Amino acid sequence: MNPLAITLPHYLVVSGIVFGIGIAIALSKRNAIAVLMGIELMLNAVNLTFIAFSRFGSAFGPEPTQPLVGHVFVVFVLTVAAAEAAVALAMAVLVYRRRETVDLDRINLMRW
Amino acid sequence: MTSIGIAIGFYALAGLAIGSSLLVFLTRNLLHAVIFAILAFIGMAGLFVTLSADFLAVSQIMIYAGAISVLLVFAVMLTPYASRDNGNSLFAPAGVLVGLGFAALIGFIATQVAWPAFTGGDLEAQNFTGTVRTIGSALLGDYALPFELASVLLLAALVGAIALVREDER
Repeated sequence: MNPLAITLPHYLVVSGIVFGIGIAIALSKRNAIAVLMGIELMLNAVNLTFIAFSRFGSAFGPEPTQPLVGHVFVVFVLTVAAAEAAVALAMAVLVYRRRETVDLDRINLMRW
Repeated sequence: MTSIGIAIGFYALAGLAIGSSLLVFLTRNLLHAVIFAILAFIGMAGLFVTLSADFLAVSQIMIYAGAISVLLVFAVMLTPYASRDNGNSLFAPAGVLVGLGFAALIGFIATQVAWPAFTGGDLEAQNFTGTVRTIGSALLGDYALPFELASVLLLAALVGAIALVREDER
């Protein structure tokens, strides 16, 4: 295999690694804002997968049947990510105002 | 896509994205973590460029590296007495294991599955003029309803965020 050929698996592996790092951050960080950063990294990795499939799939093919549907999906993911970040950060500020901390280990009011 | 430029660009940008993401996990200071997250977003935007997604790369830089990172910095600054360290909780080993497992699973699938042989054709041969026109007509054509729903979602999120953090006048 030509080492200069960049193909679909290359992008999928990069996206998988970034997604894994995002999961590790979201599951193991103590600060709520750091957890949010992990979630944003995961959304980013998914966007890369969408665009890679769009590029190497049918969209740019010899006979493009559904041009750039992956790109349209990424636009919606960006929209939802922006809304999610705004609401989550508002909640972080609200929790901080009530309890003087954003440490997820100490926000345990609803623990059973 | 077989050219030395694409190969160099891909490996450099992939290294930037993965390395910055790792540093978000490893660094001890929360603000440094935000900076590395911005770098990771920029590396991702570069990867979008290597995939000929020009409009999405610019949107990525504007929304992620611009707006969302400013929101993150604001959130860090608005919680002044909270801990600034980017520490791990007790579940860190389990979280790292789950992340490694997911990365290994996706990597295994990506390298084992026989993907279609089409490997990203020459765009100039197909009179490729850019993605903006196609995305625009798709958003206002086939995807008009999700597009309007997305605008309602953004409005709801905006109003919700303002209502959440508003101080009571009482």
